[in-house]
Amino acid sequence: MFAFAVGSGLSIASILLAVIVLAAMLIWVERRLLGFWQERLGPNRVGWFGIFQVVADMIKIFTKEDWVPPFADRLSFVLAPAIIMVVVLMSFAVIPFTPEIGVIDSNIGVLFVLAMASLGAYSVMLGGLSSNNKYALLGSLRAAAQMVSYEVFMGISLLGVIVLAGSFNLREIVESQADGWYIVPQCIGFLIFLIAGVAESHRLPFDIPEAEQEICAGYHTEYSGMKFGMFFVGEYLGLVLISSLITVLFFGGWLGPSFLPPIVWFALKAGFFIAFFILMRAALPRPRYDQLMSYGWLFLLPLSLLNLLITGVAVLNTL
Amino acid sequence: MFSLIRDTLLSQAVTLWRVFRKLFVKADTVEYPDEQPYMFPRWRGRIILSRDPDGEERCVACNLCAVACPVDCIALQKTETEDGRWYPEFFRINFSRCIMCGFCEEACPTNAIQLTPDFEMAEYVRQDMVWEKEDLLIDGTGKYHDYNFYRVAGKQVAGKDKGEALNEAEPVDVRSLLP
Repeated sequence: MFAFAVGSGLSIASILLAVIVLAAMLIWVERRLLGFWQERLGPNRVGWFGIFQVVADMIKIFTKEDWVPPFADRLSFVLAPAIIMVVVLMSFAVIPFTPEIGVIDSNIGVLFVLAMASLGAYSVMLGGLSSNNKYALLGSLRAAAQMVSYEVFMGISLLGVIVLAGSFNLREIVESQADGWYIVPQCIGFLIFLIAGVAESHRLPFDIPEAEQEICAGYHTEYSGMKFGMFFVGEYLGLVLISSLITVLFFGGWLGPSFLPPIVWFALKAGFFIAFFILMRAALPRPRYDQLMSYGWLFLLPLSLLNLLITGVAVLNTL
Repeated sequence: MFSLIRDTLLSQAVTLWRVFRKLFVKADTVEYPDEQPYMFPRWRGRIILSRDPDGEERCVACNLCAVACPVDCIALQKTETEDGRWYPEFFRINFSRCIMCGFCEEACPTNAIQLTPDFEMAEYVRQDMVWEKEDLLIDGTGKYHDYNFYRVAGKQVAGKDKGEALNEAEPVDVRSLLP
């Protein structure tokens, strides 16, 4: 119970705590990194290099008035931010962090993650719909279309990895990468998954559902206080989740030379992708809505199918 | 196909790389209250009224600045000294309206009103944003050190008759037949 093992209480508690603290810390990390990439300094006043900016933000967000607009549909308005937190945290259950740390070894790990990502769309849709606000509705319309369509080839791009590993179990996928990471045979699949992952967690440049300049923050226009905070942290949790998934599926999870413990390898790889996502936010402009959709359906979907076809042929030939 | 890949992936990768390099570039900003930023001499900040080299007010209360002001933040009233010099009876700038556009400085025919590189003008009381002539007037000449309006203009004041200004010709004697 109190030792690190897959599914032990200590393991579950430490994953929950680490993931939430990390997601909160990302608020500071992102602002600081964005600052550096925009030739500014970023928040550096609170604590050591501004590291307690998180605490200041948290105090602010907790003490804000928790307001539900009178014209909103109260039940779904309150429910929506909770859904995204629950759904993303549930996805972390199947992620194998190290040989010892993990919540569950599910035979349908990959499918579980994809299913939870689909449920995440409800959070955004309900949030926008229940706000009873035109901008929020526009945001949720965009979010629904974007998430549903990018889910399609997010799943298909993973099939190449699954074909190579022969398993839906994320832990077995990591273990099967002992003699070579899947980034090499599956580089196209990796690129498609990266793009789809950004769209799925609606981060920039694919933050069309919450485009501040066009539809003033989209589906969370009416949210404030901790309800907004849950959307906010939920987005960072999604970022951590996508980075962990990329690490697990394409970069050999905890595998690495043995001079560093497995958890450090995992953290380094995931941290690299988190920083890469923040770099994308700093550098890339947002595409138009119809460009995003046609790019997805007309380019990425055929490409991911082609990738799956080639992988399948290659695997069948070696049998 | 190639152009699609170039537009969607390659150009994005180049952008990412160029932004990433900014990590090793010194920040453009400074930590303001601890470290003062360099203010350019032509910065359009707090408005002052300057004096001419003799120490007299430059402003001749022509109202051009008040007319040019797009937000109508300048108010003044003209009056005259006994020796014929025009000057403002009061000169009031409401800095809570002022947008620091510098049109008043461009409109001013006597270089009296000038903008300075000072931006620290926050107040706790709104009424404190309204500055009177005593607050605006400085002792120096501002950006233009030699200019003295009454010494170059044809205006007649005590101690300077028509034609006595710098580079000014004698007034034409309409009753004389001499060339």
